[in-house]
Amino acid sequence: MKRRNFVQLSSLGAGALLIPNLMMGNNIHAEALLEPGMDTILKKRMADVALNTAKSLGATYADARIGRYLNQYVFTREDKVQNVVNTESFGIGIRVIANGTWGFASTNDVTEDGIKKATQQAVAIAKANSKFQKEPVILAPEASYGEVSWKTPIKKDFKSVPISEKVDLLLTANAAALNNGANFVNSGLFMVNEQKYFASTEGSYIDQDVHRIWPTFGVTAVDQAAGKFKTRDAMSSPMGLGYEYMDGLASEKLVGAAGLTLYRNSYDMVEDATIAAKQAREMLSAKSVDPGKYDLVLEPNHLGLTIHESVGHPTELDRVLGYEANYAGTSFATIDKWKSGNFKYGSDIVNIVADKTQVGSLGAVGYDDEGVKCKQWDIIRNGVLVNYQAIRDQVKMIDQNESHGCCYAQSWNDVQFQRMPNISLEAGKDPYSVSEMIKDVEKGIYIAGRGSYSIDQQRYNFQFGGTVFYEIKEGKIVGMLNDVAYQSNTQEFWNSCAKICDQNDYRMFGSFFDGKGQPSQVSAVSHGSSTTRFNNINVINTGRTV
Amino acid sequence: MAIYTEEEARKIMEKALSFSTADACEINLQGSESGNIRYARNSVSTSGHRSNQTLVVQSNFGKKSGTATIDEFDDASLQRVVARAEELAKLSPDNSEFMEPLGPQVYDEAINYVEATANITPEYRANVANSSIEPAVASDVTAAGFLDDSAGFQAMLNSKGLFAYNKSTNLEFTVTMRTNDGTGSGWVTRDFNDVTKFDAAEASKVAISKSVMSREAKAIEPGKYTVILEPSAGLGLLSGLGRAIDARQADEGRSFMSKEGGTKMGDKIVDERVNLWSDPLNKEVPVATWNGEGQPLKKTEWIKNGVVQNLAYSRFWAEKKGVEPVPYPSNLILGGGDASLEDLIKSTKKGILVTRLWYIRSVDPQTLLYTGLTRDGTFYIENGAIKYPVKNFRFNESPIIMLNNLETLGKQVRVEGNLIPYMKIRDFTFTSLSDAV
Repeated sequence: MKRRNFVQLSSLGAGALLIPNLMMGNNIHAEALLEPGMDTILKKRMADVALNTAKSLGATYADARIGRYLNQYVFTREDKVQNVVNTESFGIGIRVIANGTWGFASTNDVTEDGIKKATQQAVAIAKANSKFQKEPVILAPEASYGEVSWKTPIKKDFKSVPISEKVDLLLTANAAALNNGANFVNSGLFMVNEQKYFASTEGSYIDQDVHRIWPTFGVTAVDQAAGKFKTRDAMSSPMGLGYEYMDGLASEKLVGAAGLTLYRNSYDMVEDATIAAKQAREMLSAKSVDPGKYDLVLEPNHLGLTIHESVGHPTELDRVLGYEANYAGTSFATIDKWKSGNFKYGSDIVNIVADKTQVGSLGAVGYDDEGVKCKQWDIIRNGVLVNYQAIRDQVKMIDQNESHGCCYAQSWNDVQFQRMPNISLEAGKDPYSVSEMIKDVEKGIYIAGRGSYSIDQQRYNFQFGGTVFYEIKEGKIVGMLNDVAYQSNTQEFWNSCAKICDQNDYRMFGSFFDGKGQPSQVSAVSHGSSTTRFNNINVINTGRTV
Repeated sequence: MAIYTEEEARKIMEKALSFSTADACEINLQGSESGNIRYARNSVSTSGHRSNQTLVVQSNFGKKSGTATIDEFDDASLQRVVARAEELAKLSPDNSEFMEPLGPQVYDEAINYVEATANITPEYRANVANSSIEPAVASDVTAAGFLDDSAGFQAMLNSKGLFAYNKSTNLEFTVTMRTNDGTGSGWVTRDFNDVTKFDAAEASKVAISKSVMSREAKAIEPGKYTVILEPSAGLGLLSGLGRAIDARQADEGRSFMSKEGGTKMGDKIVDERVNLWSDPLNKEVPVATWNGEGQPLKKTEWIKNGVVQNLAYSRFWAEKKGVEPVPYPSNLILGGGDASLEDLIKSTKKGILVTRLWYIRSVDPQTLLYTGLTRDGTFYIENGAIKYPVKNFRFNESPIIMLNNLETLGKQVRVEGNLIPYMKIRDFTFTSLSDAV
């Protein structure tokens, strides 16, 4: 990469400070993103310092995570580059069990002395907190994997793509939006590389290189005379892919309803911005929805968020047990319901799987942040709740002896805890297309893209909006709608699931900054599905006069 | 220790500035020490301590600027970070919205640092957890809580002669108490600059009491109700109004504050009893007296007698529009009255008491419509007394509609660094019921 290409665009002021602290490392040159970082042999030696120190202080278990987190964010507005931010964060987090209690400490002083001090602190915290511990921590057994590695299977590393290419793409998309009816457009590219080294006293030394990317924009059309404005956001999805996601391959495009183009593993940002501008302008004069019961045809980039909120979060075992009670809440999917073996979470065609190995997904890794080899497992099978998401110190509480591999920390200086894996709805088994689904709907609404979303603290009652809405009458799309939101109860909603399109329509939605915990941490996760129909759902009109 | 005195901070920044060769250079230095403890299931789950300090250099040549950061402050490191910022600036394109750094400013003396808060110990945090857990166990209730305290400083120096320094402390506490039969839940929040104002046992008692009171809630029909919003619930919606005051967005026609052909500046948008302002020197909710751009923060009226008085103008947008910049608020203060919560309940024939609102999301930025739910203590009031707990509701409401349906403003309470009164509102829109406890 040519140095000038980066530098010309990377220094647009203090806007970098607007990035949330938890995502910030130190600002660096783009070239520094390409530096190899600490050698694996040295990482092993440093990790062993932590593990040996912990053991010598009486810890019965310890793990060390040496992390190097490289981020690049590019932001533009209309024809201006607002900011390019490159950050790096490097350090070690040490977690121990002493006196049967967890302790954690971290430091960016990755030297023998620095690591020893942090380890001493972690052990001291564990021993201090053991006064309040009711029962000792018991870890599910896990194999020792020796020295292994894993890498997101990317084709193009974002770090080796010139900034100018990224900026050109965003500005071209912005221009396409402005030339097609938009008054304003903001666009951005989020790119993340986690270089994570994990070692434990159980004998695993795991080196991982994780990549994620999220291109996005918001296009706004304004009717100044009427004092109205409407915004249409991108139909992209955050993905666990390299920069090849931005290639816009025709082979990865899908035809949605109402002239929408949708994207699977390759995103055409300029095309989407063009369509978005036209749709934002169309929204200004779209019909306001008549409230009532509708059959909803939900496009995967919309349904993913519904899956996330109404299935992903309530089946997190730490929430079920009460560890999140003061913040994100608890869950209606209680242990007794799971133990009954017949709790009908959804209709018979609802099969929801957890999968930390799905190629292209945000949550895919080889091993989680406590050294567990990742896998796929069922959460809901034939509509029945069959399992949760759990980590090593939890599975015994659901009578299991094998971790699900859901442990994650947003950085080396945060303690790892249970986070959502990819949670996805299986595609329909029989051939069935989106157009066939729409033909089967008498009175319905087709909803694409994420919108406003809200759900209660036990995940019963929710209200979701969307990006675009189209009315379906007697098997045909008849026009765009405004002011649409649907409300339901999670169990009723999933039991109204009537039909699912086949694998040809399957694709992933993603959440890049999913928050949980106190202090709050973010994680990234994908949710796959095909277009799906839910019958007789309550739709409200959100239009107001103020 | 990551907290520097004014003299220590100035010395480091002056040293960095001495290396500058740019047209102008701005240096920010900040550091903090914070600690936390988290508990759930009547047991401590995690606790931690964080310490950090960062120096940020922004250099500019004309309208070109570059930014670099570092967390080591020896001479060589300072020289390196300044050189890197300048190198980036020289090679950057002109930024058409770049604003020259400000010259020297006069700031009021801030009152947002309290030594006692900076001296909080791990033992203090453990005792806070114990102050919740012990009474919870005694009441057949399970506690889940979080305490986070911090002390920090921020300082700014630039080549135009501006210098600013502020030290601050803060403490935030929340606890949720759930009855062991799973049918009741109560919550409380407290935050202060001054830890001596915080009583963990008192706060925990409120949450325990609410959880016990809220057991076995009854379902009543959603619809329009008179509500008493506790300050935390009120803030959830007022925050949306606070975010809508950007002048540029309003001028561009994409804000609630836009209207046909202009903005709502000078328009009466809510009940005439509504007065909303910000004030860095308010004794209950003090903040720094300058912002990240070095602009002095003064008491600023946003809404007076229901009329929009000010919109926030960035320096760039103010210059473009030929007006004075108006910095964004660092706190929100909504004028209140004398009525206590008990007074408001006594004066209510039929209504709903709302402890807090949860998962608030924007539904329509045009009308500031928000949705969300009640949580952790929702009660039906009849003839001046709480009659029974009710199931939680989903609401769809705009703070603008809410403040036009104002019945009574009660006493103010500090919430998340803001000062918000209890509010009684008529015709608050609940659209569905939630079974969540």
